[in-house]
Amino acid sequence: MKIQTAIEEKIKASLTPTYLEVLNESGKHNVPPGSESHFKVTVVSNEFDGKVLIARHRIINKLLAEELAGAIHALSIHSFTPSEWSDKNEQSRQSPPCLGGAKRELSN
Amino acid sequence: MDVLDRIKEQVESNPVIVYMKGTPQMPQCGFSMRTTEALKKCGHEFAYVNVLMDPEIFQNLPRYADWPTFPQVYINGELIGGCDITLEMAEKGELQTMIEQAASK
Repeated sequence: MKIQTAIEEKIKASLTPTYLEVLNESGKHNVPPGSESHFKVTVVSNEFDGKVLIARHRIINKLLAEELAGAIHALSIHSFTPSEWSDKNEQSRQSPPCLGGAKRELSN
Repeated sequence: MDVLDRIKEQVESNPVIVYMKGTPQMPQCGFSMRTTEALKKCGHEFAYVNVLMDPEIFQNLPRYADWPTFPQVYINGELIGGCDITLEMAEKGELQTMIEQAASK
């Protein structure tokens, strides 16, 4: 299964999000075309009610532990309750540009 | 010293420390860059470890606080999160408050 599909299915099954966007941002990074290494996930779910950010991120990290141990190199997480999401005008922050990371370090 | 003891010593002896790719002057990852920008704006000194230069920490930090990605920010010995959480807290003014409290200890 594609990593992107796996991420979507795991989050849907466990958090029943009212909004979910999984963006493959690998194309912005120093990896071969078609890679599934850098993802941005925006999840809006009632499950986050009363949970601080670090707890929400831990839930998602745990759901995606298998992917994070393997294919995923970067995972940006944006987690909101439905009311926080509407306060944000239904937009999450854009990911930063790639600066080369370990590959640049190695090639220097 | 065992690597986990080394990490423990670092996070407990520095009020604010970030484990990052590159340095605050020359970050090598966009997420590390944004995180240190947010920390710099708080106006207090912070410590950093360049995980690209320390393979042992790079390998083992994820299991120290059960957090799989970099960067990681610790305040008063506690993991506060990675880039997304640091920026979110900075936006709400919470990061500044936490850092000021940590610096005054």
